[in-house]
Amino acid sequence: MAEFISAEELLEASQRASEAGYRKMDAYSPFPIEGLSEAVGFYKSKLPLLVFCGGLFGCCGGFFLQWWPNVIGYPQNIGGKPWDSWPAFIPITFELTILCAALSATFGMIALNRLPSPYHPAFNVERFALASKDRFFLMIEAEDPMFDLERTRQFLNELNPREVSEVES
Amino acid sequence: MAGIEPDNVGTLVSPGSDVLGPGHSYGSVTDKISAIVLTRGTGNKYKVGFGVAVLLFIGLNMGITVLMAYGVGVWGINIPVGWGYAITNFVWWIGIGHAGTLISAFLLLMRQKWRTSINRFAEAMTLFAVACAGMFPLLHMGRPWLFYWLLPYPDTMGVWPQFRSPLVWDVFAVSTYATVSLLFWYVGLIPDLATLRDRATKKFKQVIYGVFALGWRGSARHWKNYEMAGLLLAGLATPLVVSVHTVVSFDFTIAVLPGWHSTIFPPYFVAGAIYSGFAMVIALAVPLRKYYGLEDFLTIRHLDNMGKIMLATGLIVAYSYVMETFMAFYSGNKFDIYMIMNRMTGPYAVIYWVLIAVNLVIPQLLWSARIRRNPLYLFLMSFSVQTGMWLERYMIIVTSLHRDFVPSSWGMFAPTRWDWIVFLGTIGFFFTLFYLFIRFLPMISIFEMRDLVHKTAEEARP
Repeated sequence: MAEFISAEELLEASQRASEAGYRKMDAYSPFPIEGLSEAVGFYKSKLPLLVFCGGLFGCCGGFFLQWWPNVIGYPQNIGGKPWDSWPAFIPITFELTILCAALSATFGMIALNRLPSPYHPAFNVERFALASKDRFFLMIEAEDPMFDLERTRQFLNELNPREVSEVES
Repeated sequence: MAGIEPDNVGTLVSPGSDVLGPGHSYGSVTDKISAIVLTRGTGNKYKVGFGVAVLLFIGLNMGITVLMAYGVGVWGINIPVGWGYAITNFVWWIGIGHAGTLISAFLLLMRQKWRTSINRFAEAMTLFAVACAGMFPLLHMGRPWLFYWLLPYPDTMGVWPQFRSPLVWDVFAVSTYATVSLLFWYVGLIPDLATLRDRATKKFKQVIYGVFALGWRGSARHWKNYEMAGLLLAGLATPLVVSVHTVVSFDFTIAVLPGWHSTIFPPYFVAGAIYSGFAMVIALAVPLRKYYGLEDFLTIRHLDNMGKIMLATGLIVAYSYVMETFMAFYSGNKFDIYMIMNRMTGPYAVIYWVLIAVNLVIPQLLWSARIRRNPLYLFLMSFSVQTGMWLERYMIIVTSLHRDFVPSSWGMFAPTRWDWIVFLGTIGFFFTLFYLFIRFLPMISIFEMRDLVHKTAEEARP
């Protein structure tokens, strides 16, 4: 794991590691950096699809929730209106669409990020606490096919980091 | 964190901009905001303010207890004025909440950088205002423990709620709004909770913040999903804000009563909500910035912008007042004309004219940049607007109900002491929650401030 002092250095280091052939790595920063996830090989978030499905479920479910009791389960004649006077169902349908989509956005984000995860090897590095303040880290995992403790350390040192440390798992 | 020496080798320092004071780095914004929670403790002013809020909150509990024991008769409501303070307060509180979501969602989509330092506490304000608002329809039911009758659940009688009723729409709208605001607020807090976890020195705090931070590490993959989630939530919350107050206005506008039955209500209510909401944000921002020395983060530019939004929404509200009057005469409907004349000259005329003064005339001072850029004037102005918006809801409810089509059914409404105790009690409840919030959670989004430092520094680079 290498520590950097600026966002630009981390971005460049990630790109160089990627060019050097490293695949299993991750970069840590105290705020989102544009293009960083692409540099470590993560291109597309599945979240929008998930949220769309959630919203669709809420929309159909919300409409059915009102349509069924009014037309089939417990029909009432109110002011001679047709039983399936659907415009009256729009507000609740809309609210439930938003509700289900928002729930899937939140829990989807948490699940896709594999949270909650109270333990992670990165936390074993003492200086990693600075990743939530003002430091930037690049970590190459031991599972990477190109990983070799000495050579990877040397490679990271070439990137001009502030410090390189070994992460115990 | 405990064992790590702070060093500032090669630290990026932002030259600042009109929304961020100069000379800040990632570290300095982090330290400054997290210190309020972790090391500053509470001063005497905090203690006095918190004490007053808690006293009012105790009053609320008393008011609710009396209400439960004796029923809604302890309030001033009667026939024909069945909706008194409770619904006035409900609409007022939920309106106040709207500015928070608007700042965090709409301004995010519009890529307004100045929202960064106000969005966190504005969102907290939303959440607490909705909590206060939600209480009123429940209490107003008289038998609040049966609130679940409004929910669609398979009861033994096979009876369903009336889905064509705006009051049932309200249940869905307000509960969705409360849930989505909570999710949005919590998602925004996760990276900052991780910051607090890493910065806390006491084991107990590390564990508590650690649990809520869910093990956040700020990995590039995390941020990617996270930003996507934030964007999607903002996209969902923006129409939600508009829909919630629209549905609240349907409570009135679906009725056939003169003074309620009006198509201008949805936009008029939404604009009014944002108007009072920004007034509340200003009322909170001005003292916060003074007592915690946050002038670098909550700059004059922020106050100026909020003043402009207040002016714009205030003008929409003013337009609605004019249109209401105009439409009554233009339609030639004698009940509508009577309603308007009754508002202006009837027994509640004082309310109407005070409303026009504090909600329509005084806010015109916001045209002046000197007023907008002076925290004290702006602070006073926000009280004028909040009083005005409360009176507006009171006027809509009471003057429309107390005289309808048939003179034999006319009546008057006067609040009782329990009306006042419950109303002031919710203000205490709101501030109790808010005081706890500024003590235990970062009131300004730390990671977004770091982002702002990065962006302002980048912009300043030749």
